[in-house]
Amino acid sequence: MTNIPQNDHEKHWLVRAATIRKLWIGGGLVLGLTVLAQVFIPIQGKFGIDGWLAFPAIYGFVTCVAMVVGAKLLGFILKRKEDYYDE
Amino acid sequence: MSDLLPPALILIIGGLLLPAMKGRGRDILVLGVPALTFYFIWALPEGIRLEVPFLDYMLVPIEVTTLGRLFATVFTLMAFVGGMYALRQATSRELSAAFVYAGGAVGVTFAGDLITMFIFWELMAIGSTLVIWSAGTDQARQAGMRYILMHLMGGVILMVGIIAEISRSGSVDFTAVSLEGIGGWFMLVGILINAAAPPFASWLADSYPEASPSGSVFLSAFTTKTAVYVLMVTFAGTNILIYIGLFMVFYGIIYALLENDMRRILAYSIVNQVGFMVTGIGIGTPLALNGVAAHAFCHIIYKALLLMSAGAVLHQTGKRRCSDLGGLFQSMPFTAACGIIGALAISSFPLTSGFVSKNMISAAAGYEAMTVVYFLLAAASAGVFLHAGIKFPWFVFFQKDSGLRPKDPPINMRIAMGIFAFLCIGIGVYAAPLYNLLPYPVTYEPYKASTVVNYLQLLLFAGLAFFVMLPWMKRTLTITLDADWLYRRLLSRFGNVVWFALVAGYEKGETKIRNRAESLAGLSDMLFNRKGILTKTWMIGTTATWTISLLLLYLVSYVF
Repeated sequence: MTNIPQNDHEKHWLVRAATIRKLWIGGGLVLGLTVLAQVFIPIQGKFGIDGWLAFPAIYGFVTCVAMVVGAKLLGFILKRKEDYYDE
Repeated sequence: MSDLLPPALILIIGGLLLPAMKGRGRDILVLGVPALTFYFIWALPEGIRLEVPFLDYMLVPIEVTTLGRLFATVFTLMAFVGGMYALRQATSRELSAAFVYAGGAVGVTFAGDLITMFIFWELMAIGSTLVIWSAGTDQARQAGMRYILMHLMGGVILMVGIIAEISRSGSVDFTAVSLEGIGGWFMLVGILINAAAPPFASWLADSYPEASPSGSVFLSAFTTKTAVYVLMVTFAGTNILIYIGLFMVFYGIIYALLENDMRRILAYSIVNQVGFMVTGIGIGTPLALNGVAAHAFCHIIYKALLLMSAGAVLHQTGKRRCSDLGGLFQSMPFTAACGIIGALAISSFPLTSGFVSKNMISAAAGYEAMTVVYFLLAAASAGVFLHAGIKFPWFVFFQKDSGLRPKDPPINMRIAMGIFAFLCIGIGVYAAPLYNLLPYPVTYEPYKASTVVNYLQLLLFAGLAFFVMLPWMKRTLTITLDADWLYRRLLSRFGNVVWFALVAGYEKGETKIRNRAESLAGLSDMLFNRKGILTKTWMIGTTATWTISLLLLYLVSYVF
């Protein structure tokens, strides 16, 4: 165990605030490009709706949010302390 | 005839010899036995059968099929690379059990009859339990006990099904089985227990994470994928498997999202990935079955890589909870890189093995116009990236700085991870050699531009959802209840109540019996001791008087 660096300049370059900001911007650009690419490379949807512009993006985002929310709700019922079975 | 040596026997005999070997000889055996098995697998010409009469039946310990050989190849590859990973760290007992376990899996893939298949199937249960117990901890002992009970039960159900099926059809052939007879249903349930299909899925996440770092790597490969192979042979195209598979897919995602233990996250994702395969078997078209076979092959490699990466972290830090880890990319760059490659492959990212295999199953659903199945599989693909593709590397290697600075693991573990990382990328970039091994001719083209754009959008926006929802995924020191609650808590509590009632009843009964015995002893004492009524000495005169009186009484009663 070493001391956890507190100052930004002592941290690994990958986790410095400036790098993280750049990663968000870069990530946003990549996301935009994948949607833009569909304009030039149309997706031949098998069921119509899956060929719409940005459908895979919206579908991927919405279903994942739904899964996280669903898991959270189930967690209220199903989560127990780690030593539940040791009691 | 020497070519007709069942390849499984090489692994089994090699495994049994292992505990007797030490030093360099042990190393040579660990790496040489899988290599020799590999040679024999490919020396056997396709279509050949070895028949052995047994009682009224003809057993077929060797029947070489394209599908069987594909699975045998990846099982042997796993034994080799797993052996490399475990070379310096695992005990000989664990490696010995792992090779017998792998031998069981290879034996199933070459079995041409149900009896041979079942024997190797049960051998796997024994080998895998010993692998779990080899961790040597109390948790491993208890989890191993629950594991073997579940698998012995599954084995009995499968055996009942096989006997019923043999008596119905009169044949022991290991081939397609219908669900018309009760035997077929029993067989299906027995196989699905090994495939970790709910409600019997909990054994996997309960037991695999309790094994040693190398033990869980071996465990991830054989049992569930052998079940996939057997399902492909016996129940391809059985509709009900589509729904079971889809349930497994989402069960794995939800439970992995709730989990804090890094190896248990990966265990749940095995159920998730096997769910894709079970769905594909249910669809049952040549494209779907090719997809299942290819996906099983790739899955064994990237899942082992992920567990090797997690095992390396556990080996170096002794920690396995996400809440205790984070920031390890700084001191374990190689392990982090391998973990990320495995995570990208499981998420079916373009240029990784998952992309060229899993998408065949989704495409098959699309071609068959199964709208709901297709869209659920698409959502599940996004969910895989969410629960395993990002969650595992993020919480283990990034997240926060835990202050831990462990080094990358020893060289043998790094080589093993390197081989599998190379294959994850290699198969993704150049899939032709894998496609040539598949059971049906492949016309599927994985890298159509529109397919790539489609999956990039789906996966990258799933990644965005992960970071947007990150506050909702804060790790907690919890476990998640599963169907095993029924026997670990409900039945256990019920058993305790019954047991205590029996003990209390016994004690109460014992006291009652003792009291009665004591009163009987008192009565007996009164009657039979030296001065007791029945045993004391009487005077002759008294006796004579009593006798005369009784005879007189008898005479009087006779007269009246």
